[in-house]
Amino acid sequence: MMDQMVTGKTDAGNSLRHVRADFPILSQKVHGKDLVFLDSAASAQKPRQVIDSMADTMRTQYANIHRGLYWMSERTTEAYEAVRDQVAAFLGAGAREEIVFTRNSTEAINLVAHSYGSLLRPGQVVLVSEMEHHANLVPWQMLRERMGIELRVTPVTDDGALDMDALGRNLSDGRVALVAITHMSNVLGTITDARAISDMAHAAGAKVLFDGSQLAVHRRVNVRELDADFYVVTGHKLYGPTGIGVLWARREILEEMPPFLGGGDMIASVSFERSTWAHVPHKFEAGTPAIIETIGLGAALSYIESIGFDRIGAHEDALTAHALKVLGQVSGLKVVGTAPQRGGVISFTMADVHPHDIATLLDRNGIAVRAGHHCAEPLMRRLGLSATARASFGIYTTPEEIDMLAATLEQIRGFFV
Amino acid sequence: MAQDDLYRTVVLERAKTPRHAGKLDIASLHAQGVNPLCGDRVNLHAQVDTHGRIGQVRHETRGCAICAASADLMAERVMGQDTAQVKRIHAALATAVETGEAPDGLGELSVFAPLHRHRSRIRCAMLPWSALIDMLNDDKDR
Repeated sequence: MMDQMVTGKTDAGNSLRHVRADFPILSQKVHGKDLVFLDSAASAQKPRQVIDSMADTMRTQYANIHRGLYWMSERTTEAYEAVRDQVAAFLGAGAREEIVFTRNSTEAINLVAHSYGSLLRPGQVVLVSEMEHHANLVPWQMLRERMGIELRVTPVTDDGALDMDALGRNLSDGRVALVAITHMSNVLGTITDARAISDMAHAAGAKVLFDGSQLAVHRRVNVRELDADFYVVTGHKLYGPTGIGVLWARREILEEMPPFLGGGDMIASVSFERSTWAHVPHKFEAGTPAIIETIGLGAALSYIESIGFDRIGAHEDALTAHALKVLGQVSGLKVVGTAPQRGGVISFTMADVHPHDIATLLDRNGIAVRAGHHCAEPLMRRLGLSATARASFGIYTTPEEIDMLAATLEQIRGFFV
Repeated sequence: MAQDDLYRTVVLERAKTPRHAGKLDIASLHAQGVNPLCGDRVNLHAQVDTHGRIGQVRHETRGCAICAASADLMAERVMGQDTAQVKRIHAALATAVETGEAPDGLGELSVFAPLHRHRSRIRCAMLPWSALIDMLNDDKDR
């Protein structure tokens, strides 16, 4: 079976083979085997360009930002603020002031839930989907407890697409203040039709937030073309470091929103009687930020731009098609989520073999996948599953790695029969 | 395919065809163990006499092979044991999965010793035991 799969391979997904040399970790061995890293949807590996930029910052040009009156601080401030321009361009933002740095997308959504959420009134509705990551569900549940809002859920269809008819019905009473929906599911790989969702939300008088944690890695995002109001991404999935994420929001909305965290850097003036707030985006960036990580994110975005989303998209589409084909040939394997618009995140079950056993046995062969509920327990319940195994792809993934996954799964299956 | 000492025949067999799965008609104690991280779930049904000695144990396990095999081997091992003895076996198993060395007397449960190389899976084997010990402690408090 293994031979059949390996010889069946094509050139699909080979176009970015050269980028592997940029990722030092890919030459590591795990349990004496070559590392096959198929968990990029959880967190991507880092190219040397990112690693070097962060190390160089600490070696040669580091000081706290925004307040130092000396050369080192001024240069570091410039490097940090240059990343804000880069992110604005990366997301197609209207202005650099619309880019707020956060710790990750979870924190970005919590910022919106606390700050924008405080402007909502009891009885108004936040509308999410059934396939949200806990990060785009739990903050709204907490807001419901604080503010007496209603949390409404739009279902997914059996193939894992967003049920657009149900979305329309959920919007029809005019009480929805905010639609908060993933742009790409971390479990099903489904890509949602963000522009259509925006249009429907706006027609119903609602604002719209997209969780772009997964999508922004694979496709070019233009928040203005999407007509979004809020968009969140996280650096560590974008081949950048942990500890840095981004909230983009329309400037007029950010200006209307109260601060999230208080402290240094987010104020205009402070006295014991009262303080006034800095202009956006600094109003939302209290305390010393993740300076080194932000500079690392800048290096990651430069790296991605140097490859270009045309090539990244073509590479990942080819890999995904190849993976769906070869995984579909593994006995007993069932892909979970077959929406027509999808990216390189593939969840599956394999007969009676528990996903954790699959993950452990793959790991013994050097293959890293995720197994579990993927921080999306309500979706798992909807699908009638307690867990799935998940393989996800990055720019460095090759078709041979997918063939190896399929062949090893076939052997694991044989082991359990 | 490289595999592992962990998935020895006994683990696979017990996971596939458990000998102590199901319920008991006359169980005196019940307990449930849940691993919130993976959703694995073990329901235990036991006969325990007034001296705290275990008669029979049956389990209903929805989980991975490690969890299912552990529940089945546990049900077999604790038959006729009292709470203090169960706690000693549990401690010996905990040592085995932490260190990879099976203490004397651990017997068939030493199949789980290779878990020390799979730290994220230790809780799979320990889930039925935690549920059992909680059940016995609750019984004592009553």
